[in-house]
Order: sequence, then structure tokens, then C-alpha cells
Amino acid sequence: MSVPILEVVDLHAAYGRIEVLRGVDLAVPRGAVMALLGPNGAGKSTLVKVISGQKEATSGDIHLAGVHVRKARSDELARVGLCTIPEGRSVFPNLTVEENLRLMSYAGVPAPAILDTAYSYFPRLHERRDQLAGTMSGGEQQMLAMSRALASDPALLLLDELSMGLAPLIVDELYETVARIAESGVSILCIEQFARTALRVSDYAAVMSGGRIVATGEPGEILDTMADVILGGAA
Amino acid sequence: MALLEVDEVVVRFGGVTAVNEAAFTADRGSITGLIGPNGAGKTTCFNVITGLQKPTKGRIRYRDRDVTGWPVHKRARHGVGRTFQRLEAFGSLTVRDNVRVAQEIHGGPLAWFGRSRGGVDMLLDRVGILDYADERADSIPTGTARLLELARCLASDPQLLLLDEPSSGLDETETDAFGELLVELAGEGCAVLMVEHDMDLVMSVCNDIHVLDFGRIIASGTPAEIRADADVQRAYLGYSESDESAHDTSVMEVVTP
Amino acid sequence: MSSLFAYTLLGLFTGAAYAIMASGLVLTYTTTRVFNIAHGAFGMLLSFVFWDFTQRQGVPTWLALILVLGVVAPAIGWFIQRFVTRGLGEGPVSVALVVTLGMLVALIGLAQQLWPPEPRALLPFYAGTSWNVGGTYVTAHQLITLLCAIAVAFGLYLLLSRTRIGTAMRASVDNPELLKLFGGKPDRVAALSWMIGISLAALGGILLAPVVLLDYYALTLLVINAYAAAMIGKLKSLPMTFAGAMILGILESYAVAYLPKDGILNSVRAVIPALFLFVIVVAMPQAQLRIGQVKGIVTAPLPTMRRSLGSGAGLLVVAFVLINAVAPNQVLLIGVAATYAIVMLSLVLLTGYGGHVSLAQFTFAGIGALTYAKLDEPNLFGLAVAALVAAGAGALVALPVLRLTGLYLALSTMAFAVLMDKVIFNADFAFKFNGTLAAQRLSILGMRIGSDTSYVWFMVLAFVVLALGLLLLRRGALGRLLIAMRDSPSACGTLGLDMRWFRVGLFALSAGIAGLAGGLFAGLRGTVGAADFLYFQSLLVLLLAVVFGATSVTGALLGGTALMLLPEFQASAPEMAGLLFVVIGVGAVLLGRDPNGLANYLFKLGRWTGGKVAPGLEGRLQGLLPRGGGAEPAATGDVVLEADVESTMVIEKVG
Repeated sequence: MSVPILEVVDLHAAYGRIEVLRGVDLAVPRGAVMALLGPNGAGKSTLVKVISGQKEATSGDIHLAGVHVRKARSDELARVGLCTIPEGRSVFPNLTVEENLRLMSYAGVPAPAILDTAYSYFPRLHERRDQLAGTMSGGEQQMLAMSRALASDPALLLLDELSMGLAPLIVDELYETVARIAESGVSILCIEQFARTALRVSDYAAVMSGGRIVATGEPGEILDTMADVILGGAA
Repeated sequence: MALLEVDEVVVRFGGVTAVNEAAFTADRGSITGLIGPNGAGKTTCFNVITGLQKPTKGRIRYRDRDVTGWPVHKRARHGVGRTFQRLEAFGSLTVRDNVRVAQEIHGGPLAWFGRSRGGVDMLLDRVGILDYADERADSIPTGTARLLELARCLASDPQLLLLDEPSSGLDETETDAFGELLVELAGEGCAVLMVEHDMDLVMSVCNDIHVLDFGRIIASGTPAEIRADADVQRAYLGYSESDESAHDTSVMEVVTP
Repeated sequence: MSSLFAYTLLGLFTGAAYAIMASGLVLTYTTTRVFNIAHGAFGMLLSFVFWDFTQRQGVPTWLALILVLGVVAPAIGWFIQRFVTRGLGEGPVSVALVVTLGMLVALIGLAQQLWPPEPRALLPFYAGTSWNVGGTYVTAHQLITLLCAIAVAFGLYLLLSRTRIGTAMRASVDNPELLKLFGGKPDRVAALSWMIGISLAALGGILLAPVVLLDYYALTLLVINAYAAAMIGKLKSLPMTFAGAMILGILESYAVAYLPKDGILNSVRAVIPALFLFVIVVAMPQAQLRIGQVKGIVTAPLPTMRRSLGSGAGLLVVAFVLINAVAPNQVLLIGVAATYAIVMLSLVLLTGYGGHVSLAQFTFAGIGALTYAKLDEPNLFGLAVAALVAAGAGALVALPVLRLTGLYLALSTMAFAVLMDKVIFNADFAFKFNGTLAAQRLSILGMRIGSDTSYVWFMVLAFVVLALGLLLLRRGALGRLLIAMRDSPSACGTLGLDMRWFRVGLFALSAGIAGLAGGLFAGLRGTVGAADFLYFQSLLVLLLAVVFGATSVTGALLGGTALMLLPEFQASAPEMAGLLFVVIGVGAVLLGRDPNGLANYLFKLGRWTGGKVAPGLEGRLQGLLPRGGGAEPAATGDVVLEADVESTMVIEKVG
């Protein structure tokens, strides 16, 4: 079996004295889409922060395509092909749409190519290219953010709560983009609160709780496993 | 008349509408639940009610007064208390001193010189964390820290209690005890407004529930009504599936076994 | 043509130079969140370099310009970003202020050391060339200044909107973390903005030097002009900054033209920028209460009460012995040291405990001294009034910035200090220009403390009493509140604390302590004048307080002694005068991130050698604690354990 694109081994991280990641083990196979599910406060976002180099781990290892990267900085990782779309609107609100897109060229793909891809996939962005990103709707901002994943040709994409605060139709549209990016061969680790939405596009799923991965498997399997884990049930 | 009235509040961040004409009330002696997916605008609502965030439109009425323009501390002095989703305990103070500071703030400079350790410990005992009294607040578990925030808030004698995901980090027994405490507080005349993901807790203690989805109230009613509401199920599920089952709904509310 | 036109034109030319300087300040501040209070000082130093190149080395003007603006200034900017200010923007404002203030003093010292005081003149470009424009003469230098400003504006516009790195600079204002996720290089962005920023400071300095004279202090103070202009653009907008600079230039020009040439209004001209600043600060909108903790603030150490009392008594004994042992003329020096130490105590409260920076602390002492001397009530009542008046002045300075953040407060205090120094203290109702006032030593219960020795010992006693009072506050509710506000301002707000008024109160209390020191100082000296309370003294007080430890009473004592010794050293070795400033400045730069200062090292030494003194007490205390781990603050007898842990953490984070 080939080397996984992302491998996390016994990863620990803490805020102050409170440990948030307590020994996370996770592997994302090359070319696969993995959904990371779990309740609020399970440590999912922290895991993304640590993998992307935004937060230091206290111990453990992270390998990207077999290379040890735990001490790497987030900008270095971004330039070697790790694309992270963090929680919330990950655009620069006081730059225009086009300026936002041009900055994406830091990851390696030249600006004209990025503009081409983004505008042809999201014609809406072309209409608004001279508008300040912060004045666009939440959905449009998220399209702009997704353009980076779409156009910068990453090896691994980390998505954190893409759907946060967005209307259903827009979430669907964004996940179509995710599916398309996956088709082009990009590996994806995707945190999503709407389990079904995420599982629809995933090959694998992992469930996180209390700072650990408590289950991994194929989407169908996970839904069954989860049922055992779930206490009670709402609605 | 309701103790708190949120009237058509709108909050926009640039082009993003975080809260869209939200309107609901909270009454003395009752527990009101505010539920909805992440990013639906629940915490922003709390920030508007406490004054940490200015609404773009709409009013906040509290005790029959328009408090929309009031600063944070003034609302607090009139009995609006809250806890935070992202913990805001005073990390480098002990648990006991956290509550003591709250008392000192509440009592004003005169309280600086009194020694009311008894009162502090009573509050800690009430929320069930007296054992941690001498620990530094940044070294206690998340669930305990949430209870600490509650104790700290109670020290300032609130009439309206806003709790932001108070039970996350608590185990089953602790959550049960916490639910009982909430009912007790409401019984004493407090109005409790709670953002919460643990549906069991919400369904068992709340008198009324409002469901917030991308900034709008999409449903309001008693727990039974909410349980039956199709819109709510969809809001919690992601949207495109039609064959949802109860189990899937709760994937994001996994409680640690 | 009317003279109004002439003065407007004149104002535009000065404004253009301010605009160049201010745009550099805004650029570095917005991209790195470090407000460079030494901005004017860099302009000053580089003007001296330019003078040296052209006048002493005989380098042609155009080449010297290229060398200074294109090589020396960018190199300094790169160096400063790389080794001094990197990562400062993420920490508390007070640290960044202290570090850049350290640079300011170090640069003044460096300039004095390299170019000892002597009359020098930087000539205007193409001196003697001028044209008649609408009845008024425009010199070539003025025209060049205006053209430079236009070129700078245009160049910055191109850079920021047309290049990728320029866009990245604007992006890093929005969200530096996200820029990293884009793959951008924040360090490169920061380095470029510092290189350009320092270069613009140099250009502004060189253009203004013929007007404001090639002087260490005058050019350094241009930071206030730049800051005032930048405030119009809320420290963000470059176009508004340019507009602000022009308005300021014109206002100054009108002041020259239309203000009366005598009386207090005459001296107002010199402080137009400071006044301008106050007006704008008052008009600024409210700052939002932030959620979350400011990273990297260090907790103040706290000795046990027993140890404090013991040290206080020990100090009194030592002072008694010392006062009786040294030569009579040196007794007064001990009194001076006590004055400084008390002023530094006021900074322990404000800066060490409260996290706010004041650049006017010695000015408050001056207000105390002035009140004491004017009142002519040489007793405790007079002293109390002196303290109260100073406290009132402190509240007045803090009030306008009530709604704003720490940076504005600190900069307003600097403007205030300059205002007092240049206008109020020299006014006829105060010390008068070049004048002094007589002050009597105080009597307590009818007993006059007349002799040098007893008065000085009384001052030491005052220090000890104030220090113990401060420690008592720190142990009690005030200490807890200060920590709480640092850990979570928003939680304090939602618990009902009005932090704005708390801040005013803290500031007033601190100013009051300084005022008390001033009153005592007036009695010590017998005569006091405006020259005793120059604004620069306030900067030294702050820096030495930080170097020796702004979080501890011991630091204040050591700092006060050092500040007393400073002029003595400088007098005994005048050729080293500048170098001493450099040492202090560099010391502040190095220790700025650790406000526990040198005193902390002394504590460590003390703990290392004297660890056996208190174990009994510690053991008893630990027995009382149910979970008695060693890390509880304030509960154990350990002086600086907690501070140690946190400060190392900060250094790691930043370095």
C-alpha cells in the first residue's frame, strides 16, 4: 500500500494546561476524501490547526506524503501543497475579489491561471471582481475561499466547517465543488457538522470525541457504528 | 411582560448576515432553549443581548426598558449574566478567586475589604465544584470550567442567565445534576436562556425552544412541538437528504461514552 | 495675493514633509501592529547620517540621498524588524511601546555619541533658489518637499494596489494568520514595510531638518506630528493620513501667522501637533471590548507580607546608616533617588500591575511639585493636595482616551508631557520661563523636618510606606481584579465592571503617587523649576523602571537609584553621556518583553541562596491547602515562581 498523504501519530496538543488533543491517530490515503465528524469541543478544529502548522503540538508526529512536518510553519506547508480553508470566512474582507485571488498565487500556481479557473467555475466572482470581499454574501465569500482549493492545485485539502451559517442551497453548491476537486485527485480531510452532507462526498469517515479518534471506516459503517455511540436521540 | 425581549435583531458583518430578524423572549421562572447548527448565529445573539456586539438593526428590551444602547457593564449591573462558549474563566486565578472577583465587582469597592469566603464556597458547592476551589482555573477540565463560569455569574445575582453550551464537557451524571440546578434556578425566579447542543438536556429542561438557522428563527415552541417540526430536522441534517432517520440527526451530538 | 494664501501654501509644504513621515509610521504600524514611537528618532539619526555624508565626507548630495534612503535606512529597517520588533505586534501594546521607546532613547544616545553637540546645519536643497508664485516666494526646497510627498503617495499607491507583496501587506493588516495559510511570507512583508517605513522617516527628517534644525530632540519629537496626522486616518488609511498631515501643516502655519507673539499663546505654537492630537483622540469612536486574552502578559511577582515588612524595615535601617555615613552633599542624592523610586512605584502600579504605559509620569511629579510650591502649605495637607492635583491631572489625561485602547492612552500621555514641558510649566502662573519657585520642607504635627538627613530619611520612609500599601492592594481585591481584566476583559464586562472608569481611577492613583513624589522633591530641593521636569525625564523613568523591573517594588528602588546615578556618571564622563543612553535604551529593548526586569534575577539569586529561610512557613501554608500543588499563585511563599514560568513562555513565543 502506498504512503498515505497525511498520517498523524499519537498527536497531543493543549491550550494552556488543558489538553485538547489526547493522542490522535489518523491516516488519509492518497486521493481519498475523509470526513471528520464529532461533537462540538471534540478537538476537530484544533486538529486542523495543528496539521496546518497554525498551532504547535505538544507531542506526536505529522507526516505529509511520508515527510515529517510537525515543526513546519503554516506558510511553508501552504507553499508545498497543503491547502487549508479554516473555519469562518477565510477571505481578506478589505481586499477586492480579484486581489484575494491574486494572493492565492503564493501557493505556486501563477495568478492568471488562478483567475481563469476561479472565474470559469464561479462566474459570480467574475461579476464581482472589483468588489471588496467583505461586502459579499456569506455564500459568495465561501466560493471565493473555495477558489483557492480549486485553483491552487493542492496535494491535500483541509476543510473546516464549510457550511457554517450558510443556506442549504449554497452548501449543496459548495459540496459539488468539493466533489469536483476530489475528482481531480486531490486528497481531502473535511470537518463538517452536517454528517450526511459530508459523508455523501467521502470515501472514509472518522469520528472524534474527547480529543481522540474513536472510530474510522467507510461512510456506511460509520453511520452504523455511530448509532451505538449515540446516546438517546433527538427529534 | 417578558423579562427579555429580542426584537427583530439583525447583525451583519460586511456582507454576511449572522443574525437575521431574530425575535424571541425569555421569561422569569422559565428555561428557554436556543438551538441550531454551528454558525447559525446563536452566540452572536448572546453577544447582542449582553452588549458585546452592536446590532445592525433591531432592539433589545430588558425589564421593559430599551437597553440597546447600554454598555456591557451596565446591563450586567441590571442583572444580565452570561457564560461563554469559548471559555473566559480567569485562567491564572484559582477557582475560588474567580468567584471572589465576581463578588467584588458586583459589590463595588466596599466589597473589596470584606471577607466572604463562605458565600463563595457556597456557590462553588452549589454548582458542584467545591473540590476544585484551590486549583488554577486554567488547569481544570472544560466541563468544570463551564460550571465555574456559571458559579461566577451567579455571584453577581443575575435575573437573566445566558448560558452558552453549558453542558459540553460534562458527563452524563454531571449533565443530569446540571439540569436539576437549572430547574432550581428558574424556580427561584431567574430567566434562563441557553444555547445547547445536548438535545436530551434541552428537551428535558426547557419550557420553550427557539431554533435558529442561518440567522433566522425557523421554529419556536415547546419541546414536543419542536421534536415534531420537519424544518428543524432538516436544519440539523444537512439539506439534500430526504430519508433522514433519528439516528443520523444526532451524529453531531455524540456524547462521550 | 492675500497673506492667507501665502500661509496656506507654506503650511502645505510643511504638511507634505509630515505626510511623508506619517505614511511611514502608518505603514509599519498597520502591517506589523508595532507602533514605532522611535519613528522620529530614526528620522533624526538618518538626518545626521545624511549631514555626515554631505558635509563631512563630501559625498555629493544626490549620492548621499541614494545611500541614506536606499541603503542605510532600509538596512536599519530590515535589521530592526528581524531582530528587535519581530513578533511584538502579537503581544501586549505595553511591551511594543517600551521596546520602541528603548530604541528612541538609544538612538538619541547614539546620535550624541557619534555627533557630539555642536552647531550643525543641514542646508535646504538648492538654497537660494526660489520662485514667485502669486505674490509669495516658493523655495526650491519647498517645491522638492511637495514633489517628494506626491511621489511617495503615488509610489505607495502603486506598491499597495499593483504588486503582490503590496497586496499581501494590506492582507496582513486584515488577517496575518490567513496570509500564512495562503502561503504568503509575513516576515518578508513585515521586513519590507519596516524598510520602507524607516526610509520614509529618513526622507521626512532630511526634508524637515533645515526647518526644525538638526537637533536630537526636535527631530525625534516629529513622531508626535506624524502620529497626529496618522490619527486622522485612524492609523489605517494612508490618504486620510496625507490629508491629516496637510491640515496639521496649515494649522501650524496659521498659528505662526495669526497667534499673538507674546504671552502663553506664543508658546502654544510649538505644541500645535500635541493639541491637534488631543482633539482628534477625543473625537475617536469607541473601541470594541475584545473577547479573549492578550497573549504574553507577564504576571507580577508577589512577595509574602512577612518578607515585605522585613525588607521595608531593612531598607529603613540601611538608609539610616547610609544617610549618616555619606558626605553631606550626597545625602541630597539619596533623596533624589527616593523621589525617582516613588515615581517608579507609581509605574509599578500602572505598568507593572495594570499593563498601561505612561510617558508622562515625571510630568505628574512636576505637577505635584508645582502645586506644593504654589500652595505654600509645608505640611501633610499641602503634600496631600499636591498628590490630589496630580491625580486630577492624570484623570484628565486618561478621560479623553477612556473609550480607546492602551496605545492611544500612552501616546496621549507623551503629547501631554510635551505640552506641559513646553507651555504650562513655563507659563507665568507656573514656574515662569527659566524661572524657579521656592518650596519649604514640610512639618508634621508642628515638627518641621528641616535637616537634610531627617528629611531624606523621611522620604525613604514615604517610599517604604507607599510600597507596602501597594503590595497590600496587590494582594487584595485590586490585584485579583487586575489579573481578571488581563485574563478576560469581556468576562469582567459581563460581570458588571466598567473597565473604562477603572482605568481612569488606576491612572489617577498612579499620577497621584507621582505627584506626591514631586511634592517631596520640591521640599528636598528648596527651589524647583520647569527644567527639573522635562518630558524626556519621563521617558527615562519608564525605561529604567522596565529595565530594573516594573512589576516589583524592588525594581522601583533599584531603578530610582540608577536614575539618580545617571547624571552623576554623565557629569563625570561627559564623553560617555550618549553611550549611557544607548545602554539604557538597549537594556529596555532586551528586557522589554520581560517586565519583571533585573529585579527578577536578583530574586532568583535570593531564592537560590536564601531558600532555607522560609520553608517552615511554606510547609504550614501547603498543609492548609487541600490540593496543595506548588503552582498556586500567591498561596505559597515563593516570590516569583509564577512569573518565571510565564515570562519564559513569552520569550519562547516571541523569540
